[in-house]
Amino acid sequence: MRVYGLHAGLIALLLALHFVLPAYHHGNLARVMVLASYAMGYNLLFGYTGLLSLGHALFFAAGMYGMGLGVQHLGLSPAPALLAGLGAGAVVSAGLAALALRTGGVAFMIVTLMFAQAGYLTVLYFGAYTRGDEGFVIQQAQRMLWGIDLSDPGNRYLAALILFGCCLMLSLWLVRAPFGRVLVAIRENEERVRMLGYDVFAHKFAAMVISGTMAGAAGAAYGLLFGYAGATFASVQYSIFPLLWVLLGGAGTVLGPFIGTLFMFYLIDLSSGITTAYMLIAGVALVLLTLFAPQGLMGEVRRRLWRGLP
Amino acid sequence: MDLGPYLVLATLEGAVTAAVLALTAVGLSLVFGVMRVVNIAHGEFFMLGAVIAWAIAQAVAGYPAVGFALALVAAPLIVGALAVAADMTILKRLEYDPERTIVATIGLLYIIQQLTLMGYGPDARPVTPPFNTRLAIPWFEKGADGWALIWPWGLGTTSYKLAVIGAAVVILCAVWALMARTRIGLVMRATQADREMALAFGIPVERVYALVFGLGAGLAALAAVLIVPIQQAHYLMGADPLLLSFIVVIIGGLGSLPGTVVAAVLIGLSDGIISVFFSPTLAKILATLLVGLVLVFRPQGLFGGRGA
Repeated sequence: MRVYGLHAGLIALLLALHFVLPAYHHGNLARVMVLASYAMGYNLLFGYTGLLSLGHALFFAAGMYGMGLGVQHLGLSPAPALLAGLGAGAVVSAGLAALALRTGGVAFMIVTLMFAQAGYLTVLYFGAYTRGDEGFVIQQAQRMLWGIDLSDPGNRYLAALILFGCCLMLSLWLVRAPFGRVLVAIRENEERVRMLGYDVFAHKFAAMVISGTMAGAAGAAYGLLFGYAGATFASVQYSIFPLLWVLLGGAGTVLGPFIGTLFMFYLIDLSSGITTAYMLIAGVALVLLTLFAPQGLMGEVRRRLWRGLP
Repeated sequence: MDLGPYLVLATLEGAVTAAVLALTAVGLSLVFGVMRVVNIAHGEFFMLGAVIAWAIAQAVAGYPAVGFALALVAAPLIVGALAVAADMTILKRLEYDPERTIVATIGLLYIIQQLTLMGYGPDARPVTPPFNTRLAIPWFEKGADGWALIWPWGLGTTSYKLAVIGAAVVILCAVWALMARTRIGLVMRATQADREMALAFGIPVERVYALVFGLGAGLAALAAVLIVPIQQAHYLMGADPLLLSFIVVIIGGLGSLPGTVVAAVLIGLSDGIISVFFSPTLAKILATLLVGLVLVFRPQGLFGGRGA
């Protein structure tokens, strides 16, 4: 009960912040919440199942382009376009899971990296539709969801909060359900789980599809809320970001992805005032984290303060 | 021009690509083979080699041959030393855990890349080749009075490009000799075969690892110095060699040096030929998909070899 209280409390806090934050941070927080949903999807696979993917940008971009191309070329309205994005994320992640889960360890990382790279290049190759690196803007008129203008900052914040809340509660419920327990067991000792009679492949497959669909949902929402879809979101960088956020916040904790995203977002935001080489911060953070705090921020909290933190 | 001269030209360009690629990929393969570490920062060591070569050439401006010769020696040593330092400060402390080292080398990639951006700037800068004679290549054509020797416009290469191919062959032979014929090579192969047993026999495994990591990075830097008079030095130039090296190492079989060289020649040549006839983006898509599928269905590589 305490656990649900904590997570519901975070959502309530974010809702309260909607009324008090100044415009700049209000906009930032909306962005952080969407990106945190992406990170939570990543966390289900990396943090709980122990599968390190270097290709999640593929799912994020699948969602974004599933939505964006639908709006741009098929004239879909936002609701079916969002569903199209969600579907694209699910289909692409199921396809990659069927292939990549035949491997493990380092090979899994490289396979996901390669397919994501192929996906990125495909976006560039079909530049006639996707406008490649330059990307395309989704017009305000195309962003009216049931009469609500999603380009309005207030509505955008609330929409981001709804997405974030759904992903948070879904993650929390999943990892506390028997299904999530099996995932953690797979992370800890795959052989033993197999010996106990669980279908390891099916569980991994389901985890990867849920993770990819969540990433796709975040991608579709990002495109719709901020009105832009571009090839950058499919690049390797966007596969590394969720890894970084999750590592920073704490892999295998439900709140970790949000904390990590928030922290990193403001770190880069502040440092970009000093230098253009802001990825340096990301690099240094990655190295220091792997060296000194592989558990991340929430991991440390769990270790020192609250052992039952999910 | 007909198809024939085009093919000759593409093959020559491809051979230069293959030569440089073989050096870079052998460095990556060595590190993976001996240390079981996937070095994502490998492309950045390549980039550093090119940038340092530019800096040295700048320092002794006026004598391009001297500057280049100096760069050829100094750049790999500097980059190698940097890599050894990175190994001892970071990788060693991670106990060479495969997954954590990948994350750490990704961090290293961004650090090197962004520091270069801050120090060297976003411009692409050329290095003058030490010698650069144009060599035209003759071609046979059936004219009105039988076969005749012609010199098609645009069909030719430079002495420097041929020298790059030659140098790569010499260096690869040297690496082979080092691995197969010297004591230090024996120690490296022993460590590769069985780390625990090597430790038990008193081999200083951690020093071997540092050496191998430095050697791998040095080879990448050497390849970059060779290519920088043809391409230009740029802070983002590491991405393509990294991707291509990955492709080569995986297709050649992880950790197998002969397989790596064969795959480098194959990929380098076909890359040259394919990009003449098809869109380079399409060629890259097919190549990355091939790597993914090879890893899924034939993890030991296309050329047999021992499994990873």
